[in-house]
Amino acid sequence: MDGRTLIYIDRHLVHEVTSPQAFDGLRMNKRRVRRTDLTFATMDHNVPTSNRSLPIVDQTSATQIQTLERNCKEFGIPLFDLHSPYQGIVHVIGPELGITLPGTTIVCGDSHTSTHGAFGAFALGIGTSDVEHVLATQCLVLDKPKTFEIRVDGKRKNPHAVTAKDIILSIIKKIGTGGGTGTVIEYRGQAISDLSMDERMTICNMSIEAGARAGLVAPDEKTFEYLRGRMYTPKNYDDLVDSWRRDLKTDVGASFDRSFSLNAEDVAPQVSWGTNPAMTTDVTGAVPRPDEYARGSKSEESAAAKALEYMDLTPGTPMTDIRVDRVFIGSCTNARLQDLVEAASIVKGRKVSGNVRAMVVPGSQQVKKSAEELGLDRIFKDADFEWRESGCSMCLGMNPDILSRGERCASTSNRNFEGRQGSGGRTHLVSPVMAAAAAIAGHFVDVREWV
Amino acid sequence: MEKFHTVVSTITPLDRSNVDTDQIVPKQFLKLVQRTGFGKFLFHDWRFDPDGKPRGDFVLNDPQYSQSSILVAGENFGCGSSREHAAWALKDYGFGVIVAPSFADIFYNNCFKNGILPISVDRGTLDDLLKTKSKVTVDLRSQTIKYDGKTVRFEIDESRKKTLLEGLDDIAVTLLHESEISQYERSHQL
Repeated sequence: MDGRTLIYIDRHLVHEVTSPQAFDGLRMNKRRVRRTDLTFATMDHNVPTSNRSLPIVDQTSATQIQTLERNCKEFGIPLFDLHSPYQGIVHVIGPELGITLPGTTIVCGDSHTSTHGAFGAFALGIGTSDVEHVLATQCLVLDKPKTFEIRVDGKRKNPHAVTAKDIILSIIKKIGTGGGTGTVIEYRGQAISDLSMDERMTICNMSIEAGARAGLVAPDEKTFEYLRGRMYTPKNYDDLVDSWRRDLKTDVGASFDRSFSLNAEDVAPQVSWGTNPAMTTDVTGAVPRPDEYARGSKSEESAAAKALEYMDLTPGTPMTDIRVDRVFIGSCTNARLQDLVEAASIVKGRKVSGNVRAMVVPGSQQVKKSAEELGLDRIFKDADFEWRESGCSMCLGMNPDILSRGERCASTSNRNFEGRQGSGGRTHLVSPVMAAAAAIAGHFVDVREWV
Repeated sequence: MEKFHTVVSTITPLDRSNVDTDQIVPKQFLKLVQRTGFGKFLFHDWRFDPDGKPRGDFVLNDPQYSQSSILVAGENFGCGSSREHAAWALKDYGFGVIVAPSFADIFYNNCFKNGILPISVDRGTLDDLLKTKSKVTVDLRSQTIKYDGKTVRFEIDESRKKTLLEGLDDIAVTLLHESEISQYERSHQL
């Protein structure tokens, strides 16, 4: 149609940061939200993670949050607000509430929408103009993406210490931050099938860090069990599962535009050293020289040199010699229940190093509640971790949870860009168990030696 | 949206790869609820030191580039966050064309929604453009960049080209297909 392809959107997730201008556009053009029953909103990006009974101190954050409340009321969109037991990071609550389903198309004005691909959904991050377009039409104009097969075969040698985060960081390290541009990645192979749903979400979440439009995993029995009986799981669920079981498989002999493979046995715990997620190395490695990292590319070499300057790191420094000031366990990448269970197993009976400030920010109120039922909050608090309310928090520091200039953080989030966690702050991306171990030791450690 | 006209301007060279949208507009400026006025935040932490003083070594602070409306940058420009604020800031600051060897997908799409033309060129053309001090002419209708007596043709999707040239409202175009959308809704329910 007129040279464009329209796809229908089955689920639209909305949050406070990328939606106000979209709602304004609707008002200006006297348009309504076409499918309020397929649209769901929550507030996550700049919500405080401290006591929720207190007013929000930051006035601009408060305005943005109130604007979402007003817009949802005016346009008739269900909202999980700050006081809802279902509030949380949009990509954590979608699956948790059964809004995310296999075979559906999902969009959100957030690049980490790729997370939902873990359920075999086609899930895309979009900009605000497209948020407005989907609100008004329930459709998205889309060019057909290319396909990218990423196989992860074999078995992880120590699955308690080598996590999904280490698999995806290893992939990005190899294919680069633009390696997936214009493609949708399908993750497959034994090591992917072996992953739990929480772990698959970690992998798909970071597809955007390789530049991909989306990432997905073919649904299987784990997927179907995960979604059974949740708040928005459809009534005819068994029939749907039958059809998904039949239809949503990787075609035998499927051909892809690109392929990449990795053996899970070769994956070690990862730590990023630079200012993009591809600037990552094994914990047993050292900070590389810019030319060593760049392998002939002049622009990569200058980027690496700038990154080392920003990160205040010297080539040759063993990763385990790098000390940290802060530890952040949270974000849409790594703040689900399994992440917290694994981190707690490292923390149990130990204390956070005296010079480190460490915090845990559960991905949602439901994750927080489940974790508290398991006593994880006590384990973290006894070890001197802060135990917070749910939100995006220090992944992007739009709320008061930020790094000070020069502070160095072991973070379970997804981006180590300059200033991401606070102007002048230095971010090292790691898994929850690696972050937990760094909090205890005060520097990075090879967590395989602990479990 | 305004119609896209031919752009004639000197270029602003920013030869860095993987410029992410967190650098284009840092997160502390995402709390505004309007689309306007983001130009002053463009590349904020590269442009200003912690005390808010302009950094002498950053290209946007060099007066010779102050009238330029063509930004020339390295690979994978606009990667990371989907924030359309990045496109709003570039446009508000005065950039109507961005030339790079490659762009991140979401950012690329956001450009067209805001009357910015992103152009992919090969590395050789990029190196030429980074060096040129003379005026560059970008003509969308003929899909050409002219500089220093050379003419380089660029590729662009036909429907995106039309959107820019005619300044079309995407939503209005889609709503012309109301009957097909409704028909799809009746046959697919999930």
